[in-house]
Amino acid sequence: MVTGHTGHTANQERFFFEHYGLTNQDLENYLAAALSAGGDYADLYFEYLTSTSLMVDESLVKSASQGISAGCGVRVVSGERTGYAYTDDLSPQRILHAARTAALIASAPAKTTVVGFQQKPARSLYPVTLPSVDADITAKVELLMRGDKTARGYDSRIKEVRANYSDELRNILVVGSDGTFAEDSQPLARMNVSCIAKTETSSGRGTSGGGGRVALDFFFGEKTPEFFAKEAARQAILQLDAREAPAGDMEVVLGPGWPGVLLHEAVGHGLEADFNRKKTSAFAGLIGKRVASEKCTVVDNGTMPWRRGSLNVDDEGQPTQETVLIENGILKGYLSDKLSSKLMGLADTGNGRRESYEHIPMPRMTNTYMLAGQDDPGDIIRSVKNGVYAVNFGGGQVDITNGKFVFSASEAYLIEDGKITAPIKGATLIGNGPDVLTRVSMVGNDLKLDEGVGTCGKDGQAVPVGVGIPTIKIDRMTVGGTAKREPGGFMQ
Amino acid sequence: MTTTLEPSAPKLEAGLASVAQDVVHRAMKGGATAAECVVREGDEFSTVVRLGQVETLKESGSRAIGVRVFFGQRSASTYSSDFSAAGIERMLKSALELAKICSEDPYAGIPEAAKLGSLSGDLHLYHEDVYSLPGPERIEYARRAEKAAMDADPRIKNSEGGSFDAASGRKVLANSHGFVGEYRRSYCSVSAVPIAQDENGGMQRDYWYSVARSLAKLDSAEQVGKEAARRTLRRLGARKVKTAHVPVVLDPMVSRSMLEHIFEGVNGDSVYRGASFLAGKLGEKIAGANVNVIDDGTMSGGFGTTPFDGEGIPTRRTVVIENGILKSYLLNTYTAKKLGMETTANASRGLAGTPGIGPGNYFLEPGTKSPKQIIAAIKDGLYVTEFLGHGANLVTGDYSRGASGMWIVNGELAYPVEEITVAGNLKEMFCNISEIGSDLEFRGSVASPTIRMDGLTIGGE
Repeated sequence: MVTGHTGHTANQERFFFEHYGLTNQDLENYLAAALSAGGDYADLYFEYLTSTSLMVDESLVKSASQGISAGCGVRVVSGERTGYAYTDDLSPQRILHAARTAALIASAPAKTTVVGFQQKPARSLYPVTLPSVDADITAKVELLMRGDKTARGYDSRIKEVRANYSDELRNILVVGSDGTFAEDSQPLARMNVSCIAKTETSSGRGTSGGGGRVALDFFFGEKTPEFFAKEAARQAILQLDAREAPAGDMEVVLGPGWPGVLLHEAVGHGLEADFNRKKTSAFAGLIGKRVASEKCTVVDNGTMPWRRGSLNVDDEGQPTQETVLIENGILKGYLSDKLSSKLMGLADTGNGRRESYEHIPMPRMTNTYMLAGQDDPGDIIRSVKNGVYAVNFGGGQVDITNGKFVFSASEAYLIEDGKITAPIKGATLIGNGPDVLTRVSMVGNDLKLDEGVGTCGKDGQAVPVGVGIPTIKIDRMTVGGTAKREPGGFMQ
Repeated sequence: MTTTLEPSAPKLEAGLASVAQDVVHRAMKGGATAAECVVREGDEFSTVVRLGQVETLKESGSRAIGVRVFFGQRSASTYSSDFSAAGIERMLKSALELAKICSEDPYAGIPEAAKLGSLSGDLHLYHEDVYSLPGPERIEYARRAEKAAMDADPRIKNSEGGSFDAASGRKVLANSHGFVGEYRRSYCSVSAVPIAQDENGGMQRDYWYSVARSLAKLDSAEQVGKEAARRTLRRLGARKVKTAHVPVVLDPMVSRSMLEHIFEGVNGDSVYRGASFLAGKLGEKIAGANVNVIDDGTMSGGFGTTPFDGEGIPTRRTVVIENGILKSYLLNTYTAKKLGMETTANASRGLAGTPGIGPGNYFLEPGTKSPKQIIAAIKDGLYVTEFLGHGANLVTGDYSRGASGMWIVNGELAYPVEEITVAGNLKEMFCNISEIGSDLEFRGSVASPTIRMDGLTIGGE
């Protein structure tokens, strides 16, 4: 029995029933096969993914590709053990084979299986009427050509421009032996412009992009190719005159938006429930303890409309939610999936995610950000005597066991006597997750989410995520530059 | 777990090569002026044992097909996991339509027929024995690796587990010049990730692994577990250090990242776009006279060996840097044409998109000194065992990454350090490789011995 309604467009609902002739009886048979050797729980994840990717380089459409991949992953959980098998052939015979393979993780009498599926009401966070994968391809090419033109026209020192566009539509069906039944149709689109600037003596690069779980019209309205192109070109030109970055501990101010990657690396991963269940995280056992200054409240929120990290349901069929991780500096909770919530006796926060049907789900972030504070961003800058103001970043990385994390600034400036002065070269910032936020002394009133470019990797699985942060001041962090520092200033 | 498993993907009746040839044939019938088809099929097994208990067990197979079509100088590609007649028809149809929206690119095309071919003889890339262990013994391999790590020292109280993986894959490439090639490769690995805790509760994690194309060549689970324990224990009690300018020694696990930066710098795609600080430096000195870098796609049993590259050209050996002089970029057909050069057979072909550029067996030639001798010559310095983050800018050469390792005092590894940065500029760093160790070992397609670099800034307190 399937009950409940979702807000999905009609043509996507019951996708696998219509396209592959699946029936509820089939699903029950597959789950019975998965639990044929015992096992506490089994689920099936059906996925049908269509994707498009385009590249303009040297003002030519040099690459265009489209693809389809479909498959089903079968998981069987027995205590702390997980058995997993998948097939890219959705015939009953192959799915049953995968189910019996996954079943081997358990060794007990067969379990009686589910007697009825229950579909929980879910949100409709990205109700596009025309997913971008189905939109006219010439419109996508036009976006890239506009980006290319704008970047080249920005400054004569811009020598190379590459513009990329990619989109996908992922149809999923998740059914579990606990009665879970969830369908979703998840669009995802992104465009990106990257530029290289050159003079006789110097060079620089810049990149900018954005998107989300949006239709193509997003790029014709809210965030245009011109916006991304100008931003990429501006960054590349800025780098031409960048000075050496300082080295050592100093005050650091992070600008709003994408610098929220700090939260993703410093605290987000360390609060994923699997690491804490296994006590391999530097945050294990710190619930209720102070891990940040009282100005810091950090949440993970999978329910933000149109956002890249958002999901109506996670990849285990659980509706997503807003989860408070840190409230006024006190550690409040973990990000959980089904397995960890069961083993730890916690609520499932709807953070069970996977890259594809070939992968076992695990706790992952969605959109992770710090709530706005009271401080004026200008006051934050003015409060710094000698420091670094970092506004754009590449990626980051964390060792969750010792808590050490890095993130790499791609656009940053010196702050001298309360004023932003010279741009500096890219530098890595390094810190310790469980205490970096205790040194946050000011939090701006200008919370911003990133433009929609984040991809998070964990255990070889990549999933789209979002980050956000207001302007914040960290009293001490290690900056990995090359310049020698003298008392009272930076020697260049 | 008492059952071994049947092969998990049904084999195609007609064989992959004829499927690929048929797709090429149909693309040409559909009006393409050239076409290329790739088919991949693979099986994977993996298990993780944590604290003595099986945590995950995964076994499956999959396959996919991709086609690239040309209409004159326009090209596009599509792929599918659906091998049914309707699925392949749909893939071909959308490729032919997609090509119409692409630009005429005078440099686009598949390689000339005369350049196509495949290395002959057995390259020892496939060994049946990776699947020879029954299921329970695979689990036992992982369990023993973890146990050896946990038993090594009482301070190791936790673990992310031991693992055993086995995989094999088959790849077929066919194109409209009549080329059809096929190869199989196998792979197996064992690893351990122990966690140690000091008296203050501070935790450290490290890992070790062995990887081989044949089970017979895989290190024992005990060797892997013990080395993982050694690498983890030496990190306990790590501290920060003051900002400093001292010699830096890179362990082979991290020195290979320098080879990767050189690879990105000589990658034809970055070179023709001027996106590399090594563009235009052919014949110039870009590294110390002691530096010789080779790419060799032909080495028997190598992790980077294939009989032909992603475009169907026989792989070869290319000297990239000789005595510090940049001798060759690494190219595919497209980037070679853009630069007016010959391809070095480094095309790498995924299912979709235009071919990229990938390494064969790509390495820094070893020197004569042992790592111990290199460290012994340093009074005050940093031995790096791990880099964090991705702070290399290949356009400018600017380099800044997080690091951890050991501090060198009077020629000995004295104490562990962490939460520091290492920064410099790759242009100078390659010229400041002052020592190269004798300890070259391939653990993947890119390898480097221990190296010493001077002139870097260590960022700390």
